[in-house]
Amino acid sequence: MKNRWILLIALLIAALALAACGGDDKEETPTPQPPATEVATEAATEAATEAATEEAPTEEAATEEAATEATEAATQEVAMAPEETATVEATEEAVTEEAATEEAATEEAAAAEAAATPRPINIELPEGRTFRVAVVTPSTGTDLAFSQSMADSLAEVQAALGEDRFEYAISENLFVVEDAATAIRDYATQGYDLVIAHGSQYGSSLEEIAPDFPEVAFAWGTTVNTFKDEGINNVYAYEARSEQGGYVFGVMAARLTQSNVIGVVGPIETGDAKLYIDGFVAGVKSVNPEIDPIVNYIQSFGDLALAAEAAGAMLANGADVLTGTAQMVPGAIQKASEEGALWFGTQANQTNLAPEIVVANQVYDWTVVLEEIINRVLAGELGGEAYAITLENGGLRIEYNEDYALPEDVRAAADAAVEAIVSGEVDVMAAIEELAGAPATEEATEAAEEVTPTPTSGG
Amino acid sequence: MIDQLLDSSVLIGIAASGIRLATPYLYAAIGETFGQRSGVLNLGVEGIMLMGAFSGFWAVYTSGSLALGVLAALLVGLLMGLGTAFINVTLKAEQGISGIGIFLFGLGLSELLFQQSFDGVVTVRGFPKIRVPLLSEVPVIGEIFFQHNLLVYVAFALVPIAWFVLNRTTLGLKIRAVGQNPQAADAMGISVARVRYLTVTFGGMMAAMAGASLSIALLNVFQQNMTAGQGFIAVALVYFGSWRPFGVMAGALLFSTVNALQLWVRTKGIDIPAEYASMAPYLLTILALVLAAQRVDQPAALTKPFERGE
Repeated sequence: MKNRWILLIALLIAALALAACGGDDKEETPTPQPPATEVATEAATEAATEAATEEAPTEEAATEEAATEATEAATQEVAMAPEETATVEATEEAVTEEAATEEAATEEAAAAEAAATPRPINIELPEGRTFRVAVVTPSTGTDLAFSQSMADSLAEVQAALGEDRFEYAISENLFVVEDAATAIRDYATQGYDLVIAHGSQYGSSLEEIAPDFPEVAFAWGTTVNTFKDEGINNVYAYEARSEQGGYVFGVMAARLTQSNVIGVVGPIETGDAKLYIDGFVAGVKSVNPEIDPIVNYIQSFGDLALAAEAAGAMLANGADVLTGTAQMVPGAIQKASEEGALWFGTQANQTNLAPEIVVANQVYDWTVVLEEIINRVLAGELGGEAYAITLENGGLRIEYNEDYALPEDVRAAADAAVEAIVSGEVDVMAAIEELAGAPATEEATEAAEEVTPTPTSGG
Repeated sequence: MIDQLLDSSVLIGIAASGIRLATPYLYAAIGETFGQRSGVLNLGVEGIMLMGAFSGFWAVYTSGSLALGVLAALLVGLLMGLGTAFINVTLKAEQGISGIGIFLFGLGLSELLFQQSFDGVVTVRGFPKIRVPLLSEVPVIGEIFFQHNLLVYVAFALVPIAWFVLNRTTLGLKIRAVGQNPQAADAMGISVARVRYLTVTFGGMMAAMAGASLSIALLNVFQQNMTAGQGFIAVALVYFGSWRPFGVMAGALLFSTVNALQLWVRTKGIDIPAEYASMAPYLLTILALVLAAQRVDQPAALTKPFERGE
């Protein structure tokens, strides 16, 4: 009797912990299993290679060195060409965008359309080569948020290159890190060219797995850490500078609010959610320092009911503009639409959930990063660089809801904010740090510096 | 600090929010109470909730009819409840383990079906708020209790009905007898299997309603794993409520109100670390559970498959 109680309570605590984690996406995910023979063969090959290396280290090393040199020389030449084209194109794009901005007052719709058009994909795939990418994500590819942004970007790259030349596999819903690690290892074993771990929680798994597959390129997001300092050279890092769009939305929200009460529903105070929300608050403050946005991190990525009630509490407190980030925001959006409060979306376009209240969405377009990483992998470099999508390089796009009649002065203020961020006139990270009351911490500065600007932003 | 929370509009907000949050727990936990009273623990509530949430949502989305949505959820709940009963009563499976299996099944299937039927997250027109005539005009009380959607009222109406059925009807007597002493009940000519099939199937239907109350009444949206562990909390609430409908309701309200309170605390800008505030409802439930453990009258045959014979 006593034993049963202890068991039950243990079970309950486990269940509660599971619930508290919010995204308990434990599921028997269909991890692709390579045919046994393939594994065996590969294992055998690996073993053989290792043995060979041990036996004749000098010879191998020499050959390798020569090969590397040759490849490097070739790489530089190959890499130069696409980079140049990219820059030229980017400049052209920038010019077009600027022109559109100037005409914004008259041709708002046209400008919105231009901003929403997918950017051209620029990957130099050698003839007869098929590039294979595998992705592991914490939620589903249709979550209208983080995972969908990557799924959509991969589909876009595939559309540009053709299904036979660009293949990709996605393992969704691997919120549990152990499951994700298994999937990552599986994909690496199957000889994918690039394995992407799309979730900041996968870092330590990748650090463990990457050295076992020196011939496979990995990418980890969202982070700036490539494990270069740990001696690992086949991991790329990527992140979204979501604070930039957050700042622009903050500027708009502060101008749109009548009540001067603005609410933000967040998941857990970390990663791009924190960046976005901090940026949003900084944007609000830049217009009206008197407004203190209500920020509520509900400690869950998946609890829609809790997100709805959090939004409800803000609305009851007079909030008339809301925003939020992560997969549980549909709950909050529904609540906002009930009360007619405005909504700003991020990570993916959420307009269809409530067309009458969504003002604009910050959409993540990872093709900028994918393009860069894939080109480098094709050139034989498997890691060591960190990338970011920004407003400047087009990886972050602001998509306005055409059904919402946005006052022209607010739109103009938003365009001005975007321009200021792109030109460097406004440094959102600095604004955030100033608000936090701390001078720029070394860590943050270092992290910011570590991000190599993608070539499109170099122009 | 505290006085910010004592404002009447805040208290009303917290109480009304607590009632809304309690609704899915109530459906699921009342249904589970019947199953456990007859001796069957169904840990798969969460999975059935997700299936109910999906089927109700799908039916409303395709037909536009709320009644069809409820019917679809009840039907799916009935099927999953029957399945659960078959596994636990006929096949006599270990109930804790089979429950996890049912949960994973519901989680996976609801998501698969969702991905097959929809391109992404969409919304439906769900149950509207109903302002109960006259009662909703009463200050404070009206705002807290009488401005909700239909499924909220039904959930709370279920509590006295469940109490009546369990304690004042022959059927209730049979259920309790089967849960306390199935051998004796069997000797009295009560079919243990039939009673357990009935209660577990009813539990499945209520769990599905719990899911539907989220997807077509409170949130009007479906998303993979949208219940986020609520089914497990519902099972815990049955223990919390000592297998009595009103106790279960008290537990659900306590848990939900503390959850609403912590949301309001942070909305009001009171600086409590979010992590601690979010833990509060869970900690409180565990504490209450441990205290309640001293005086419960747990059905003696709970989790024990019935074997006829000497």
